[in-house]
Amino acid sequence: MLKISQLVKRYGNGAPVLKGLDLEVPGESVVSVIGASGAGKSTLLRCINRLVEPSSGSIELNGLMLTDLKGAGLRAARRRIGMIFQSFNLVDRLTVMENVQSGRLGYLPTWRAVLRRYPKEDIRRAFELMERVGIAHYANKRADELSGGERQRVGVVRALMQEPEILLADEPTASLDPKTSEQIMDLLRALSREFSLPVLINIHNVAEAKQYTDRIVGMRYGRIIFDAEPAALDTAAMDEIYAGVPAEERGEMDNVTPLRANNA
Amino acid sequence: MSALPDTVPDTWRKPPMIANPVLRYGLMAAIVLYLGWALVMLPLDWARVSEGISRAGRIFSGAFPPSFARSGLLIDGFLESLKIAILATVGGVLLSIPIAFMAAKNLAPRPIYYLGRALIVVARSFHPVIVAIIFVKAVGFGPFAGVLTLIVYSIGFVAKMLAERIEEIDWGQVEAMRAVGAGYFPTLIYAVFPQIMPRQIGLTIYQLDSNLRASAVVGIVGAGGIGSTLANAFGRYDYDFALAITIVIVAVILVSEAISGQIRKRIW
Amino acid sequence: MVSMETTPEEWARFTPRERLQRFAIFLVVVAAIVWALTSIDVIWAWVFDAPQQIGDLLGRMVPPDATNLPSILWVLVETVNIATIATAIAVFISLPVAYIAAQNTTPNAATLWLGRLILVSSRSVNTIIWALLFVAIFGPGIVAGIVAIMFRSIGFIGKLLGEAIEEIDRRPVEALEATGASRFKVIAYAIVPQVMPTFWAVAILRWDINLRESTVLGLVGAGGIGLILQSAIDTFNWQEAATVLLSILALVVLGEIVSAWLRKRII
Repeated sequence: MLKISQLVKRYGNGAPVLKGLDLEVPGESVVSVIGASGAGKSTLLRCINRLVEPSSGSIELNGLMLTDLKGAGLRAARRRIGMIFQSFNLVDRLTVMENVQSGRLGYLPTWRAVLRRYPKEDIRRAFELMERVGIAHYANKRADELSGGERQRVGVVRALMQEPEILLADEPTASLDPKTSEQIMDLLRALSREFSLPVLINIHNVAEAKQYTDRIVGMRYGRIIFDAEPAALDTAAMDEIYAGVPAEERGEMDNVTPLRANNA
Repeated sequence: MSALPDTVPDTWRKPPMIANPVLRYGLMAAIVLYLGWALVMLPLDWARVSEGISRAGRIFSGAFPPSFARSGLLIDGFLESLKIAILATVGGVLLSIPIAFMAAKNLAPRPIYYLGRALIVVARSFHPVIVAIIFVKAVGFGPFAGVLTLIVYSIGFVAKMLAERIEEIDWGQVEAMRAVGAGYFPTLIYAVFPQIMPRQIGLTIYQLDSNLRASAVVGIVGAGGIGSTLANAFGRYDYDFALAITIVIVAVILVSEAISGQIRKRIW
Repeated sequence: MVSMETTPEEWARFTPRERLQRFAIFLVVVAAIVWALTSIDVIWAWVFDAPQQIGDLLGRMVPPDATNLPSILWVLVETVNIATIATAIAVFISLPVAYIAAQNTTPNAATLWLGRLILVSSRSVNTIIWALLFVAIFGPGIVAGIVAIMFRSIGFIGKLLGEAIEEIDRRPVEALEATGASRFKVIAYAIVPQVMPTFWAVAILRWDINLRESTVLGLVGAGGIGLILQSAIDTFNWQEAATVLLSILALVVLGEIVSAWLRKRII
């Protein structure tokens, strides 16, 4: 269970990007966060694992107050939060296996990490997970030799290697073509069920959000203005979330091709 | 792709950079042996080194505080270095132009091309200090040997870069000039020079900066400039003056690097 | 298209202002050359005599005398050793220096300035000047030469490596920080692999440069082939000097070929 209350983030002296958010994500549900660019989606996600330092408010994960942590305590907490990125954020020049094992870095003794002497159970787990998402035969390939969809699968496996208690996904499909992005969304939903993981996804594509997630949170100007089942997201709600944003940028898949790569 | 074997593997090794194990371990052994041998061969006399430490203490205590008492000598040395650098840059760049045309594959006939390349290789291969020592013997101590040395040094760099630029020129412009019936030199002036000019100005400024640096060094073997002043100070154990000279050299190099960087940024 | 009343009969490439600017620059350049030419401390008679003197000297070098070739080659090997050992040690020392001199990895402002100070002082003092100092400290010999080359190389390698660190892709670093990895592990997994190609390229380039520099160390007493060259020149044994010069030429050309090959293999 992730519990966020009164979260505020402000950069410098400007207007706050997040203006007192409250959000709860119970176990095993897939929640998507939608909103126009600049609504604060990405900042919200990065506040959870403290890649971005919140200005005030509290974030609690399964009873652990994340906002109080520092140093080693913070690193130990980050191990429990898996994150998936829009541009995959793999280390291109390392093999797929090394990228996958880098999800275990928070647990490994330093000498094992440096010498690439991974424990047997980690290697087995890596092969099982890679087999699950269909990339096991790439273990020895360099990450930059893979296609976009395959690279995102490596990113997913890296996050799962952490044995996380929650998965954060920041625009995980924005750099992928339509078919691949549906596969990745499908995979995230399935993994959420298999591992009983809550998954919080920032997404541009409203059609995908409706199809693959259990709950939709709509943000505008740093506030949550919509929070309900996908079915409840009607045109009126959409207009409120995306007021002033042209239709194709909302990514309504029915008849418009979204400009994914461009408007990311 | 075929699926994994029934049991999931629990071992993994990063694929090595060199696949052949004999070659891999052979190479590692060879490197270790070489470095070991080279280190053992060092005539390291620890007594001499420990003595050297105390000597270093004396040198440094002699060097502090740096003495600017003879700043007149210092300024003269610098002005001489600057003159050497200016004249060597002018001479070097002027000579580089014909040599670069000789060494450009697309313009020069084969035998001339090889001659041009050979000149550049020789100019590049000898460290300016070696060239300086020979010129000092040939024309005597003083700044003239320094100018000659740095001319050779400039040719090594400027002619090489310029020849590469000439080889990359857009051949269409040359053909256009030939098509209107222009002769060899008009073609050079209208179709080749405009294409290499910006690079040439940038290279000249860069070379002036390099020559100023190098003139501080070639002076040590007697080719004039601030380097001679420094070598003299060292030779007479005037370590405080030597430190003052070194500090000023560093400052001048930093300033000239910044200036030449700024100018080149504007031109390019 | 601008319509004009009359067709102009004059055309100039530059506006008057541009022409003035160009003329001023030209004037400054000419003034600098004139100043240098008129005030330089040169005996002009010697200058006009120079081609003949140089020709004379080259004439005395022919034919090269190869009687001492074996010992020359042996010292050449020693010269290579100086360059190689110094490069190898400098590479290791420059790693932490590059780390603290790169804005995005340095722990704090004090370490950043310390790193930059090391780089600047190492880079702006030439190898020969370093060698003068270390010969005074360690006495004449190879050790002074190795230490001198090392000191100069640290700045060169450290600067280029530091710039490579500043240009890395930040995103994998962010991803590994998000997994809870410690600072050191993030460096080992996200930064080191990204700067590896630059690291090898810079190390090879510097080795090539050091080979050239190690040929002159002997002139200030810091070991290597320069020592033999100096003694041949001092005793007016120009034919042996020619042999030494040719062997230096061969060494440098060979070094360039080896480093070009290594670059292609490793990167």
